[in-house]
Amino acid sequence: MQKVDIAVVDYGMGNLRSVSKAVEHVAAGKSVVITSDAATIQRATHVIFPGQGAMPDCMRELDARNLRSAVIDAAKNKPFLGICIGMQLLFEHSEEGDTVGLGLLKGQVKRFAEKLTDENGSKLKVPHMGWNRVYQSNSDQNRPHALWNNIEDATRFYHVHSYYAVPQDIALTAGESEYPSRFTTAIACDNIFATQFHVEKSAAAGLQLLNNFVNWKP
Amino acid sequence: MALAKRIIPCLDVTDGRVVKGVNFLELRDAGDPVEIAKRYDDQGADELTFLDITASSDNRGLILHIIEEVASQVFIPLTVGGGVREVEDVRRLLNAGADKVSINTTAVLNPQVVKDAADRYGSQCIVVAIDAKKVDNQPFEWEVFTHGGRKPTGLDAVKWAQHMVALGAGELLVTSMDRDGTKIGFNNPLNRAISDAVEVPLIASGGVGNLQHLVDGVTLGGADAVLAASIFHYGEYTVQQAKAYMSARGIEVR
Repeated sequence: MQKVDIAVVDYGMGNLRSVSKAVEHVAAGKSVVITSDAATIQRATHVIFPGQGAMPDCMRELDARNLRSAVIDAAKNKPFLGICIGMQLLFEHSEEGDTVGLGLLKGQVKRFAEKLTDENGSKLKVPHMGWNRVYQSNSDQNRPHALWNNIEDATRFYHVHSYYAVPQDIALTAGESEYPSRFTTAIACDNIFATQFHVEKSAAAGLQLLNNFVNWKP
Repeated sequence: MALAKRIIPCLDVTDGRVVKGVNFLELRDAGDPVEIAKRYDDQGADELTFLDITASSDNRGLILHIIEEVASQVFIPLTVGGGVREVEDVRRLLNAGADKVSINTTAVLNPQVVKDAADRYGSQCIVVAIDAKKVDNQPFEWEVFTHGGRKPTGLDAVKWAQHMVALGAGELLVTSMDRDGTKIGFNNPLNRAISDAVEVPLIASGGVGNLQHLVDGVTLGGADAVLAASIFHYGEYTVQQAKAYMSARGIEVR
């Protein structure tokens, strides 16, 4: 049986090629497989769950491929990285299309408010698009999470989104950005790490995070 | 505010090669697309835009190979425009590794493509490119043009921008056709009018000749990102120099 180190879950809603290319770039010698096969996801040691587009479509496509239980199983049992909508899907509910999520984490996904402005009164656009600073949360005895290894605090990562997760338990927040208020842009919970920003498009810092993930032993 | 203004070098591609030229009549081979993309990435470019100016439809597929190669070695957002006619074109470009697809003439000829593509792939990956020119013969100031600025459409650029956002455009790339290639700076009143009229980010394009123009594009034009070709291609300035200049004038950059 083919060895699978890292499975990138394909449910028709991700920039899978970008994700897998970035992972291959940092995971020399490891097998990276884009898959919509539940058994392959089960065999993988690490699972990446990307996502783009709208959350209702993502949930529908996930179920259309019968991948819900494989994803939930992976998120409960092995190193699991959610990216963008792949992070939002982990929560209970999203305002986008009034969608019920996978409910692995308690919390809601909300839309940025209308007519946001910065401290100078300039209009802030939605989607929140571009490179924004990520402030790492070091809740665990002031030790940074393993996925922040070799990444300086307040490093900029590439974001594109109009919705953001609000975890019920603030301790899940592993990173925050400002737009204009602070919001959660990374979460960590046991073997799960997830980012609102696109690690696969965040240049050297993103590759470092992916490198940390593929070597992560939570 | 912590969100950085983006600097986006634009690469023209024809028949699978990156070219550079002052105008369409004088195109020169600029070298290997992957190497050029990597160089800009190393300089700190925030995104890259590839514009396919291939004349023959036979060779248009060649851009896909370029994008595939670049996407496997350069890990910043890639936008591809030029020759996008249907949703299937959007799919092909995204699958090749593009993060965003820019739709220009087709958006005017068949706006439904913008809606269908945004519905299917999400607004975050649909950029509508608007080529506008100042006109005297209309009840509005700036008119949308297509076919590289040759064909007037009768459309008010500001209203058109709002319509495109309503259909699902997640970003607007606004090129001032009367500034393009002039090196006298962006059309900041045009960009400001559109930026103030929509919620989505605006990329200013057309007319950059020096680094102050980039600053003005942000401060006067209200642009969220600035796109430039020749000032970077000819080595007049690096992206780092552009960022240092902007940062010294109080603009957040990466």
